[in-house]
Amino acid sequence: MVTLAAAPDLIAEGSSLRVREVSKSFAPADGNVAERGEETRALERVTLSVAAGELVSLVGPSGCGKSTLLRLIAGLDAPGAGELWVGPEPITAPSAERGLVFQDPNLFPWLTVRRNIEAGLVARGVLREKRNEVDEFMRLVGLEKFAGAFPHHLSGGMAQRVALARALINHPKVLLLDEPLGALDAFTRMKMQDEVLRLWRARRTTMLLVTHDIDEAIYMSDRIVILTPSPGRIERIIAVDLERPRQRSSPEFLRLRGDILELLHFAGSTAAA
Amino acid sequence: MNATPELIAPPSAAPAPASPSVHSDGTTIPPPAFAKLFRRAPADVAARALPAALGVALIVHRLAAKNELANETQLYTQFLTGLLVAAGLAAVAQIFWTGLRQWLRENCPILAAAILLLGAWETITAGFRWLPMPYFPSPAGVLQSLVNDRALLFDSTWHSLLLLLGGYALGVAVGLVTGICIGWFPFARYWGMPVLKIVGPIPATAWIPLAMVVSPSAIFSAVGLIALAVWFPVTMLTASGISNTRASFLDVARTLGAGRGYLIFRVAIPAAMPSIFIGLFMGLGASFLTLVVAETIGVKSGLGWYVTWAQGWAEYGKVYAALVIMAAFFSTIMTLLFQLRDRVLVWQKGTIKW
Repeated sequence: MVTLAAAPDLIAEGSSLRVREVSKSFAPADGNVAERGEETRALERVTLSVAAGELVSLVGPSGCGKSTLLRLIAGLDAPGAGELWVGPEPITAPSAERGLVFQDPNLFPWLTVRRNIEAGLVARGVLREKRNEVDEFMRLVGLEKFAGAFPHHLSGGMAQRVALARALINHPKVLLLDEPLGALDAFTRMKMQDEVLRLWRARRTTMLLVTHDIDEAIYMSDRIVILTPSPGRIERIIAVDLERPRQRSSPEFLRLRGDILELLHFAGSTAAA
Repeated sequence: MNATPELIAPPSAAPAPASPSVHSDGTTIPPPAFAKLFRRAPADVAARALPAALGVALIVHRLAAKNELANETQLYTQFLTGLLVAAGLAAVAQIFWTGLRQWLRENCPILAAAILLLGAWETITAGFRWLPMPYFPSPAGVLQSLVNDRALLFDSTWHSLLLLLGGYALGVAVGLVTGICIGWFPFARYWGMPVLKIVGPIPATAWIPLAMVVSPSAIFSAVGLIALAVWFPVTMLTASGISNTRASFLDVARTLGAGRGYLIFRVAIPAAMPSIFIGLFMGLGASFLTLVVAETIGVKSGLGWYVTWAQGWAEYGKVYAALVIMAAFFSTIMTLLFQLRDRVLVWQKGTIKW
């Protein structure tokens, strides 16, 4: 049997993604007198296209609509205006072809690690045909030994690996990552960044990564989309033309980091660092 | 019984702080300050406490029994003697058998206290006759009634069990369905919730006059009343558990390709299970109450009926015998539900404590 990791070139699962002139507003929260009548404009006329197999990061301060954009692409919310497509198909509802991983792994606590990973196959009613893939994905994320464990026994990094395997087992055309490594400690996070890159290379899935860690965005992505808040807009899209594996302390890396911080008006803090 | 003096030193002699207790999952928790007072006795002391308590109870019984007929107290004498022999054997066996020692250390204090309580009961009833007869028989009298009337008591327990299981199963089945509907579907919530909130809090026993009129037989109305008593808490807690399912679990399931069936049966219901079990326990308590009341008023069989019947003949020994059976019967069913809970909610292990 050919393992997925050993034959990356055989698989190109990603699909292109287009977001055109998308806006999204939220009604004011009830009972909040100060904001009553004012709706929050989470996204305003956002346009973005991502090529098949590309890894793009969304970076910006909180409230800039990164997570909202991800939920729209996942199909969990409908846009107020504008259109979204995966390949040639418009996005109307959630689907297994657009996997989503949150900061909180959101593993089903009543299922073992193995059953969590199987969940997508069960949901689509294809467990019988694809049962052998479960082992493959458990191996892919290095969790064979924890097949029977319940989620509350797992560390944060392990739980997030299960969440990744659970999303990947459906072979999504687009994998949406909403700060998936945000809750991990610095060392685990750097290890997991390599892990995600390995999975991305193995599967050539299109990935959209929301993060507020600029180093993470530079280390991982082909392009970085900088968003600004209220209303959420795309400020700039930066291509990262550095060879992988990237050196976090190389002059090019640091220069890029300085540029992005300047764009986000945090340039002063780099001088201190 | 050849322990070294250190082992049987009285607990108060050692000023050392109480040792931290080790939990079953291996974590240690520091003992609270008052724990020193209740520190468990060494195994030897614990093992001796039980025979000692039984000896006391036996002496009390021999003294008290002088006032009574020999054939009414003989059985209790045999009962206590049998226990004494068993406890004596256990006290010896625990020297070699670690498992038994552990068990005795855990359970001896409470068992010894129960035996002493029996002794106290006998003292104030048969001994000094402080309580009016025949309302307060001695434990010897209760045991005698229990054994004499065992056939009818067994039959009553069997009928109570059938009635209870029938009513409980019906109430749980209907309660789960209505609870899931109210918890998941907005229209079911709109129409169902007001009915639930208005009809539910009425105690099921308050419907007895109506039940007697509309039902063809007392058994049917009893099953219906028990089911009604169970239905309310099960529906309420199921609906609340379902509607409080974490939204992100549902979001994740949708992006994994889940349809409505998966969302309800494989996400919302498992997520609601802890809440559903609280409803099942509340429903079980309500079913016991309703069972006994229904049997007292309408049904002509079962433990509730037996109590009223024995009271009619002023045979209070039988009344207490039935109460003893009820305690054993109900707590066994409760324990079974706890075991089912532990099995179904095994994924929560270590995160719940009730």
